[in-house]
Amino acid sequence: MTSTTGGRTAATTVNGVGTSPARPDGTRKVRGEFAYSSDLWHEDMLWGATLRSPYPHARVTGVDIAAAVAVPGVYAVLTHDDVPGLNRYGLEHPDQPVLADDVVRYRGEPVAVVAADHPETAQRAVKLIDVTYDVLDPVTDAEEAVRGDVAAVHPGGNVVRHAAIRRGEQASQADVVVTGRYEVGMQDQAFLGPESGLAVPDGSGGVDLYVATQWLHVDQQQIVAALGVSPEQVRLTLAGVGGAFGGREDLSMQIHASLLALYTGNPVKMVYNREESFYGHVHRHPATMYYEHGATRDGRLVYVTARIYLDGGAYASSTGAVVGNAATLGVGPYDVPNVRIDCWGTYTNNPPCGAMRGFGAVQAAFGYESQMDKLAAACGLSPTEVRRRNAMCEGTVMPTGQTVDSAAPVAELLDRLDAMPLPSGPSRDAGVADLRSLPGGVSNTTHGEGVVRGVGYAVGIKNICFSEGFDDYSTARVRLAAVGGEPAVTVQTAAAEVGQGLVTILQQIVRTELGVDQVTILPAGTSIGSAGSTSASRQSYMTGGAVRAAALKVRGALLSHAATTLSRTAAELHLDGGKLASAADGVLADLVDVLGEAEFDETVEWRHRPTEALDPETGQGNAHVQYGFAAHRAVVDVDVELGLVKVVSLDCVQDVGKALNPQAVVGQIQGGSAQGLGLALMEEIRTDGGVIRNPSFTDYLIPTVLDMPPMNIEVLELADPHAPYGLRGVGEPPTISSTPAIVAAIRAATGKELLRVPVRPDHLI
Amino acid sequence: MRLNLTVNGERRRADDVWEGESLLYVLRERLGLPGSKNACEQGECGSCTVYLDEVPACACLVAAGQAEGREVRTVEGLADGDTLDPVQQSFVECGAVQCGFCTPGLVVAAHDLLRREPDPSDEEIREALAGNLCRCTGYEKILDAVRSAASAR
Ligand code: FES
Ligand code: FES
Repeated sequence: MTSTTGGRTAATTVNGVGTSPARPDGTRKVRGEFAYSSDLWHEDMLWGATLRSPYPHARVTGVDIAAAVAVPGVYAVLTHDDVPGLNRYGLEHPDQPVLADDVVRYRGEPVAVVAADHPETAQRAVKLIDVTYDVLDPVTDAEEAVRGDVAAVHPGGNVVRHAAIRRGEQASQADVVVTGRYEVGMQDQAFLGPESGLAVPDGSGGVDLYVATQWLHVDQQQIVAALGVSPEQVRLTLAGVGGAFGGREDLSMQIHASLLALYTGNPVKMVYNREESFYGHVHRHPATMYYEHGATRDGRLVYVTARIYLDGGAYASSTGAVVGNAATLGVGPYDVPNVRIDCWGTYTNNPPCGAMRGFGAVQAAFGYESQMDKLAAACGLSPTEVRRRNAMCEGTVMPTGQTVDSAAPVAELLDRLDAMPLPSGPSRDAGVADLRSLPGGVSNTTHGEGVVRGVGYAVGIKNICFSEGFDDYSTARVRLAAVGGEPAVTVQTAAAEVGQGLVTILQQIVRTELGVDQVTILPAGTSIGSAGSTSASRQSYMTGGAVRAAALKVRGALLSHAATTLSRTAAELHLDGGKLASAADGVLADLVDVLGEAEFDETVEWRHRPTEALDPETGQGNAHVQYGFAAHRAVVDVDVELGLVKVVSLDCVQDVGKALNPQAVVGQIQGGSAQGLGLALMEEIRTDGGVIRNPSFTDYLIPTVLDMPPMNIEVLELADPHAPYGLRGVGEPPTISSTPAIVAAIRAATGKELLRVPVRPDHLI
Repeated sequence: MRLNLTVNGERRRADDVWEGESLLYVLRERLGLPGSKNACEQGECGSCTVYLDEVPACACLVAAGQAEGREVRTVEGLADGDTLDPVQQSFVECGAVQCGFCTPGLVVAAHDLLRREPDPSDEEIREALAGNLCRCTGYEKILDAVRSAASAR
């Protein structure tokens, strides 16, 4: 597990790559001193609030703001008429109004915004805005939307994207055929830090925005277009981010707060409450999936046919890319010679859906892994054996025709899971087991009677970084100088730290490359070039790659400088623990002395190797740059009388190529697995006619510490030769296989078919 | 209204408090103590947990007026100068902090548990933290941190 960098091994650097130093923001976070986007304050600050549509589909026939404007303490009430630039924004297509003009397309769509001197005053003014609507029938079914037998939500029709994948024979036959229709409910990212930020006008038509987001530059572009100003006039700085998981990739309050700040001339803070947060960000696409798997009698896949419908809701957001993922990853981590997949992403009047951890791969995995278990049963094989027989590996050709050109250890993941110990129990003797270890817990619903155990497995695949020909890059600036008698490095990027620990990893990379202990990560902002989004498990790869490249340039320049000072050649010098040394003579000088007054300052724009668009007819193309794999084994106890499930253990094996920070890697696996558990058992935004029925943490449940079982985790490090340090993106794969493994375990316990997640008690009794 | 209370050992006063404000709002927006968090403001997540007269409470559920004359201790009041409380120290060391939005509430809840029960079992830790949501960590490293803080005491 050593990687060679500049003549030394990475593993030797104190707090460098491969170690787990404490996060630089950890102390401030435990003291309550870390400034999140909802913590900001400014002299003369006003509070913004948003009026949202009560209808999922309606024509707006009038907006009367007079009563709201008259409220003492109200400084501004703005509608679409007040948007100076383009009244549209969107991640992939600018199809979403900043403030509704003629039509509202989802319940919760912003119609007007208010600024006032107290948040309660702003809320009261919002209630006094009088909007008249002509209510229209909502389109709420994605399959109907694709068939075209409902109204068009947008002028171009209801299909945001259709992706077709065609590989091999299209009319396949097989000895064993299994089919199924599967559904995935709408999951919420449920990050804890609400959408929030502070916009400060600069007095000359521009604005400084401090905000929690995932991609500062794409926010900036959309804000600039809506405000009708030049890019230099909108400067973003990342405020503390309380989790993201995809839900901050689209704009929420950014344009609204900026507009209010420019109109009032005062700083404006906006903070959503939890209910508004459910309306204020996109969710995971709910899916309906029709799968058919054909195999030989001994369980080898001959073909897979699938039709996948992803409901994108009212606006496109990142639906196009989600469709691309679900389609290209639609057969899972298996080698399938003949594939026919059609995947649609639609417009409806349901809440808008976009990015959430796992991004299209989560939905497909519930479909294909359910099918693999059906196939195992049909062929008389164990769930792990049927997966092993079809497991992809390095060299496998994907349904897109792309050859997998680095490790794909699917069979090994399963072998390692099988080798892990199983938990004991369950105790069948009523009264013996600790209530807290049983389904229902201290609700005292069973003492062990009616409880059955099951074990289930699943494997998932995820593309890492941006795909399909996107020009994916990150920018980093690394500066080395002597500060206070010590060599010190500052690192500047626009990459969003959202909790995952990128800031720690960037420090580690610099320590490894420059042998300098003191590394400061500057606040992320738009004063440097884009880092791309904190999504697609890409920041360690991309911004890690950019920082490493910039650090290597600094090292090159420093060594040439040192060569002159020390009368050596640059080639014989290396950096080690704040010293300059040569292999022959050991330590030659302190870095700080060689530096003197000099400073080395390099900025690099770094790209991964290019990918290709998919052929629109056949879906063929080298669309992805890297694949990540994880596998789970779940053990559950189910109270079959009440339909209650207790996950007893949830074990995971994942290949990460290289664990830059092993503690953070394990943290990603634990947290990602928990979100998968949530989707399996409890998490769903319930809609009725397009209206969210449960916009609160009272009614939308996420796993608590009582729901999460202990996990055995194994991390493999099979280097990807194309990636910095051989790393493989970590964040998403564990979310993908966790859900189907838990459902498989419940099926094994109960014998129920379970075609939908989340599994509800009434599915089990 | 005017509000007088003691926060982290200091007597504090807030003027022009609207009756509908919560203790959480007063702490965060009027007293410059945004450490206690606002993840739900409806008593479901525990991110706003503070000691109110030595008993942990969700500050979002306490009306400002109810805090009149009482003693509040927030996450900002746990460390001794530069020296972190053992619970805080363990959270940093064990990787129990990712985004950290749940952290202030969990630190206060864990601090309270260890005052009551210096050597808790895993079941007791889970029960004590069951009212605190964390979306990032899957809780395992939070359990590690509480175990480690207990053994450090
Ligand atoms: S903010 Fe008080 S319990 Fe969530
Ligand atoms: S660390 Fe993010 S919510 Fe707990």
